[in-house]
Amino acid sequence: MRESAAASPLRRIPGVAVMLALLVGIFGTIAPGFLSLANISNVLLQSTILTLLALPMTLIIMTEGLDLSMGAVVTLTSLMVAIVSLATGSMLLGLAAAIVVGIGFGMLNGWLVAIAGIPPFVATLGTLGMAQGLCLIVSDGQSVVGIPRAVRDIYSATLAGLPVPVVVALIAYAVFHVLLYHTRFGTYIFALGGNREALRYAGLSPAKWLIGAYMIGGLMAGIAGLFMTARMNAGHPTAGLGLEFDAIAAVAVGGTSFERGNGWLFGTVLGVIAVGVLRNGLNLLALPSSLQVASVGFLVIVALFLDGLRSRS
Amino acid sequence: MTDMTKPVVAPPGSIVSGDLMQLLYRLSAALLICIILALLNDSFLSLGNILNVLRQTSLLFFIASGLTLVVLTAGLDLSVGANVALSACLAGTVIQHTGSPLLGVLTGLLAGGIVGLLNGVMVTALRIPSFIATYGMLWVLNGLTYWYMAGETIHGFPPGFRQIGSGYLFGLPIPVYLLLIFLAIGTAFAQRTIWGQEIYAVGANPVAARLSGIPVARRLLLVYGVSGTMAGLASIIFLARLNSAEADIGESLTLPAIAAVLIGGTSLFGGVGTVFGTFIGALILTLVLNGMNLLSVNANWQPFITGVIVIVAVWLDMTTRRHKL
Repeated sequence: MRESAAASPLRRIPGVAVMLALLVGIFGTIAPGFLSLANISNVLLQSTILTLLALPMTLIIMTEGLDLSMGAVVTLTSLMVAIVSLATGSMLLGLAAAIVVGIGFGMLNGWLVAIAGIPPFVATLGTLGMAQGLCLIVSDGQSVVGIPRAVRDIYSATLAGLPVPVVVALIAYAVFHVLLYHTRFGTYIFALGGNREALRYAGLSPAKWLIGAYMIGGLMAGIAGLFMTARMNAGHPTAGLGLEFDAIAAVAVGGTSFERGNGWLFGTVLGVIAVGVLRNGLNLLALPSSLQVASVGFLVIVALFLDGLRSRS
Repeated sequence: MTDMTKPVVAPPGSIVSGDLMQLLYRLSAALLICIILALLNDSFLSLGNILNVLRQTSLLFFIASGLTLVVLTAGLDLSVGANVALSACLAGTVIQHTGSPLLGVLTGLLAGGIVGLLNGVMVTALRIPSFIATYGMLWVLNGLTYWYMAGETIHGFPPGFRQIGSGYLFGLPIPVYLLLIFLAIGTAFAQRTIWGQEIYAVGANPVAARLSGIPVARRLLLVYGVSGTMAGLASIIFLARLNSAEADIGESLTLPAIAAVLIGGTSLFGGVGTVFGTFIGALILTLVLNGMNLLSVNANWQPFITGVIVIVAVWLDMTTRRHKL
C-alpha cells in the first residue's frame, strides 16, 4: 500500500518533469521571447524567494502538516527588515529582527500543532490572522519607504557571477538536502508523516521534531523577508499575500504527498520553477496577474488529483 | 440512550445534557461580554448599536451556518469568502444589466451553489483533502473575480433590492428576519431530518456511516453545495447592504466565519456541533469586534484578535473534549 520513501522519488520524476517540460514547450512556442536568455534568468531570479519558502514547506507538508501563515509571516518579516533597517541604518539588524519574528511565529505554529494538538491548517490559519493583524499594526497600513541602499543592493548584487538571491537559494537547497537525507532530523521528518507511532514507540518525542520543522519554516520566512524588501525597495503590508499558496503549489506539483508523509526535495525545486514558468509565460502572453493566480490554483488541483490517482493505483 | 426504537443513528448533535451545557457556557459568555461592554461604554446599549450588532451577526451567520454542516462532516471550506466575492460580483452585474433583482438573486445563489458543488466533487470524486481542495478553489475564485472585475466597482442598485440588506420591518433589520428563518431551517434540517442526522454520522465515523448504508459521497456533495449556496445568499445580502460590489469584499470573511463555527462549539473532528451554536459563535465574535470598535481600538487589531480567537476556540474545544494528537 504505502510505497517506501526511497522508491517514491524515482516514480515521481516523470510527473513534475513532464509538467515542467510541457509548460516550457507550450510557452516556448506561443509566448514571444520566453526562451530568451534574459527571460529565463529572470524566471530563475524571481523564483528565489519562493524557493526559500517552498523548501521548508516541503518538510512541513511531509509531516502531514501545513503552514498557511507563511505568506503573512513573510510580509511581517519584510516589514521588520524595512522598519529596523530604516531606524538603525543596519541591514544585519533588520535581518536579525526578521529572523527573530519568523522563528517566533514558527515556534508558535509548532507549539499549537505539536503540543496543543490543533489541526495544522486551522492553527496556521489563526496565526495567519495574527500575522496579518501585526503587519497592519506595525505599518499602520502604510508602505515603509526610504530604506537603506544596502538592503536594496542585496537583491541586485552578484557573487561569483551569480545574483546573490540565486546563490542564497542554491545554498538553502544544499542545506535542506543534507538536512533531509543525511541527518537524523530528516529521518524523523519522514517518520513524522509516514509513521508517527513508530517514533513514539522508539521512545522519541515527535513534538520536538515537529516544532523544529515549523521553526525552520519561520527562519526561512525571515530570510525571505529580507529579499522581499530588497526586491520592492520598500516594506509593504500586503507584500507576501498568497506567497504561501505558491509555496504549497510548488510542493504539490513537485510530488510531495499531503497525506502519506513522503516527499521529494528536488521535485519541490522543479515545482517552484514550474509555478514560475507558468506565471512568467502567462505574463508574456499579457494575461492579467489575476488569471495567473487562478491558473496556479487550477494547477494545484490538477496536481493533487494526479497524486490521488497515484496513491490509489 | 433509552429510546432505541428509532432506526436513525443516535443524534449526537441533539440538544441534550452535555451539549446543552456547552450551549449555556457560550450563552453566558455572550451575556458576560454584553455586561462588560455595557459597563465600559454608554452607547453599547443604544438601539442603533444593538440593531447594528444583530445585522452584523446575521451577515456572518449566513456564511457560517453552511460552513457548520461542512465542519460537521470533519471537512472545511476555505473558499467561502472568495465565493461570496465572486457571487456578489456576478449577481451585481446581472442586476445592473437586466434591472431585475430576482435574476440577480438567482444568479448569486446559483453561482455560490455551483462553486460549492465543485468543492464537493473535488472532495468526493477526486478525493482531495477538503482543506487543500477548497484552498485551491479560494485562489481560483479570487483570480477569476479580480480578472472579471478588472479593478472596477459595480455601484448603485434598485432601492427595492437594497431593502434586503438595509431595510427594516417592524423596527428590526430585514437580515435579522432572514437570520431567524435560516436558523430555524438549519436547526430543523440538522436535528430533525434523516439527511441531517446522516451528516452527523458521516462526520462522527465515515467508515461506520458507509457500512450502515449512508450514501457518504452524496451527503458530502450536499453539505459543500449548501455551504456554497449560503455563501451565495450572503453575497446577496452584502450586495444589498453595501450597494456596491468589488473584487475584494470576501477577503476578510473566511476567518471570521470559521471562527464563528468553532466558537459555537462545532468540532473540527466532525460529528459534534449545532447550527444554533454557530449563531451564538457569530454573536460572540460580532460582540467582541463591535466592542473593540466602540472602545476605539484600532481596526487594524481585528485580524489579529480574530486569529487568536480561532486558536483559543479550537484549543478550548479540544481540552474540554479531550481529543488527542
